[in-house]
Amino acid sequence: MMEEGNERSRRERPQDSPERNVLGRTPSLKDVPTHFCAGCGHGIVHRMIAEIVDELGIRERVVGISPVGCAVIGYDYWDFDVSEAAHGRPPAVATGMKRARPDLIIFTYQGDGDLAAIGTAELIHTANRGENITIVFVNNAVYGMTGGQMAPTTLEEQVTKTTPVGRIVSDCGAPLKVPEMISPFPGTKYLARTALNSPKNIMTAKRCVKKAFKCQIDGVGFSLVEILSPCPTYWRVSPLDALKWIEEKMIPYFPLGEIKTP
Amino acid sequence: MNPRVLMCGNDAMSEAAVRAGCRYYFGYPITPQNEVTAYMARRMPEVGGTFIQAESEIAAINMVFGAAAVGARAMTSSSSPGISLKQEGISYLCGCELPAVIANVVRGGPGLGSIGPSQADYFQATRGGGHGDYRTIALAPSTVQELVDLTFLAFGLTEKYRNPALILSDGILGQMMEPVTLPDMADAEPPPKEWALTGAKNRSPRVIKSLYLDVTRLEKHNFKLREKYRRIEEEETRFEEFRMRDAEVVLVAYGSVARICRAAVRQAREAGEKVGLFRPITVWPFPYEALARAADTARLFLSLEMSLGQMVEDVKLAVAGRRPVRFYGRTGGCVIALEEVVKEIKKLREEIS
Repeated sequence: MMEEGNERSRRERPQDSPERNVLGRTPSLKDVPTHFCAGCGHGIVHRMIAEIVDELGIRERVVGISPVGCAVIGYDYWDFDVSEAAHGRPPAVATGMKRARPDLIIFTYQGDGDLAAIGTAELIHTANRGENITIVFVNNAVYGMTGGQMAPTTLEEQVTKTTPVGRIVSDCGAPLKVPEMISPFPGTKYLARTALNSPKNIMTAKRCVKKAFKCQIDGVGFSLVEILSPCPTYWRVSPLDALKWIEEKMIPYFPLGEIKTP
Repeated sequence: MNPRVLMCGNDAMSEAAVRAGCRYYFGYPITPQNEVTAYMARRMPEVGGTFIQAESEIAAINMVFGAAAVGARAMTSSSSPGISLKQEGISYLCGCELPAVIANVVRGGPGLGSIGPSQADYFQATRGGGHGDYRTIALAPSTVQELVDLTFLAFGLTEKYRNPALILSDGILGQMMEPVTLPDMADAEPPPKEWALTGAKNRSPRVIKSLYLDVTRLEKHNFKLREKYRRIEEEETRFEEFRMRDAEVVLVAYGSVARICRAAVRQAREAGEKVGLFRPITVWPFPYEALARAADTARLFLSLEMSLGQMVEDVKLAVAGRRPVRFYGRTGGCVIALEEVVKEIKKLREEIS
């Protein structure tokens, strides 16, 4: 009986109205096991994007751009068109895509190293041109894929593989605040910073990312949402302590909220 | 037949690209290719296309990558130092098997070099140029008309093989004016592609990628690329032979140097000397077999280049030790003069007589 019940609920899962899909898997998210470390935030953001794509009904016209880094194989999880891009270049690739096919919804998914170190020039000029694209910026204050080196968003005194005594601002510069940096540009329309440290904040993050996509769909212009995301592996803490670290260390330096709205 | 018009090489190449259906041009200023960005900035809006002056050559080639990924016909151009910056993108285009046309109006190097004409980017153009196992189609025109024809051809080849095609121009060809006949306007709408990212409507999702963490899968992918390169070698190798039938001394030259060599061959022939010119039109694929056939009858080869000697290595590979291969070059932006070629021919005549 139990099994039958499960079968029934699975059958009746309202695929065409994904906003009611509370416990199931949204169609744009593939049914595959995750490869991410325990407590990593990427899976949450992947799912969040897939849900938004389905809720906005844009699965058939969305193209995602995967970064270089932990999230490069986004296409293993997303069930829509995805392209890789060279390290840091997603905003330029997105520019080429959107200019050639303005009817497509183009988003880049970038980590802190990709967006704010090697890809700073592409980010700034894409934002300044006001390209009608969406950037989902996952900030976990560290390079994950390469083994935990300093990122442009690594906090002061934070120990990483390349800041063995902690980040020294006089030597490495201060952690970059990306949305604040590009907010004066007339070309940027929607900028927000959110976090994954609590269910409430995750829901806020989803609302903001959805707003960013809507901003593009409505033709308003460039949108970027930064998401403070846990990396327990390279922060050398438990997944639970990683959430605490976001709240106690990251949020005071990277304040949450909408930085710019249309 | 379209009327003959007088155009400088950079303008003619740009117009040829437009007529080949290119509607997306992304560039960055650098001498001696600045006419291209200026021409495209004016021309693209006229034909409903897009011009972006990118923030860097790196951004420009990645914009090309994006436009190509969604199925559009896209191009970028630059000159030597800028082409070095584009190599990252070219490697990704090859790995992802995306079409793109990239023009290099070659100038003197290394480093910032000079703005004089040069052929010192031959290795870069014919050996891949960036990281990894790949080749790019490299077309080397020697007149403005051929620059037009090969630009038009480049768009066809790059789409046919899903591999970037380079146009190897130089500071002379880009700047000089010659009468040209432009091709008719091709269909601006490229044919639908079964791999382009157009939104997963009524089909399964597509992925454009060059990452294969499983090394055996990457090897398989690279073997597939090699098969494609073999096909290109078989079907797209182009060259021209001038007064070669009974030539004892064979000049090997491409691009603008071939023009000077052609004049030298004429002069030598008038003096009764058996000199011919072998001119690769594709420098990759290099016409090894045709040049090897020339070694059946010729007695000596002379590679002439505006470099310290790069194509000469391919000439040696083709001739395979059967005949002596000599080299003469000027570098840094200096051009080989007709008298220099004549003098070299005279030296070689003495050597074999």
